Amino acid sequence: MEASRALESELIVRTRGVKKTYHLGDEVVHALRGVSLDVQRGEYVSIMGPSGSGKSTLFNMVGGLDKPTEGSVYINEVDIAQLSPPELAYLRNRTIGYIFQTFNLIQVRTALENVTLPMLFAGLSADEADEKGFLLLESVGLGERLHHRPTELSGGQQQRVAIARALANDPAIILADEPTGNLDLKTGKEIIDLLRKLNEEMGVTIISATHDLKMLDVSDRIVYVRDGEIAKIETRAELDLQIGEVEGIGEEKW
Amino acid sequence: MKQKDPPISVALKQAMKSIRMRMLRQFATAFGVLLGIAFYASVRTSLALSESDPEAVEGAVKLRWLVFLSLLMCLVGITNAMLMSVTERYKEIGTFKCLGATNSFIVKVFFLEALLIGVLSSTAGAFLGFGIMVAVRVFTDGASSLSALGSGSLPILLSAIGIGTLITILAAILPAIQAARMPAAAALRVEV
Repeated sequence: MEASRALESELIVRTRGVKKTYHLGDEVVHALRGVSLDVQRGEYVSIMGPSGSGKSTLFNMVGGLDKPTEGSVYINEVDIAQLSPPELAYLRNRTIGYIFQTFNLIQVRTALENVTLPMLFAGLSADEADEKGFLLLESVGLGERLHHRPTELSGGQQQRVAIARALANDPAIILADEPTGNLDLKTGKEIIDLLRKLNEEMGVTIISATHDLKMLDVSDRIVYVRDGEIAKIETRAELDLQIGEVEGIGEEKW
Repeated sequence: MKQKDPPISVALKQAMKSIRMRMLRQFATAFGVLLGIAFYASVRTSLALSESDPEAVEGAVKLRWLVFLSLLMCLVGITNAMLMSVTERYKEIGTFKCLGATNSFIVKVFFLEALLIGVLSSTAGAFLGFGIMVAVRVFTDGASSLSALGSGSLPILLSAIGIGTLITILAAILPAIQAARMPAAAALRVEV
């Protein structure tokens, strides 16, 4: 039943047999060994996996940050391997918002200037960008810290700026790579709640690579990646039955 | 759909913020350029000053070698300083790309930064090297000895500023182009 519903609704991200091989000297590393994954518009998908499992590589492929060695990634049914660099920049600018474990704010820009940057790239005037940037920062609870630089903000505040920045051009997809990885428990929970709110209220598709178990609660689906392959996919309904058990045993269970 | 570059003012503002916020780092870079160019300008000046001096003609060949060596030093020093400052910023370049920057926007930012630093520090270096040599000459042989310089001072200053700026821009822009062409994921991974 789940599968037939997936076919009917619009798929925003589709990967087909994605393989990625790195060469480290003479050694060949198979980061991904053929991953096929569908993500529906408006879904909240968590990609879980221990470090080295290939989940960050998968994240990079889906985000158009790297190209697969084999296989294809489709975003809105466009094969991103076929895009020229300016077309790829356009896609990153308007369709995808990125959130990183290390926040990746531009250090020399203030909170507001970080949020306005993608809008300036999209051709908005400085005034339009400032106005929208202010509203976005206010909506993530940072209306008072517009002109602070990243070094003057706490980790949680920096991640909120990053979320506001990711939303700058109303993207269809937000990609979050370990968004809570550098945050304490309470702040991490706040960031997760914020992402969930965006997902529910604005219908943004969220794809998050994580090994934070708190993420399980809010995800529609969890994709477990291991050794460069999808080990299993759990839907929320299946998960509700098991959640206590998973939390009890910890992430190494699977 | 293709991404278009934002107006040049966006790149210029970013370049100026980067210079202002990384004052210490940029000062070190600028100082390297300044010293290299000061050395070059001083050698050229003392060569020009001694050209009409019959006793120094013999030394002129040596001095020409010195000009060449000073240029080489300049090149190595500036390239090293600029290379380091670009390499430190691979992650920033990767982030820019994630936000929708085109490769040419990234190159523009580094170009403008290098242009500003290059012009300012080479000008300071050229006048410093030139000034020291002229002052030394005035002290030892009196002001009249400066006539040997004639109209030769302008080419010395201009060539010093031009060479310094050119090397600074080249040294910054070549690694910046390379970084901008990298896949964003690879640029983000670089830890310095």
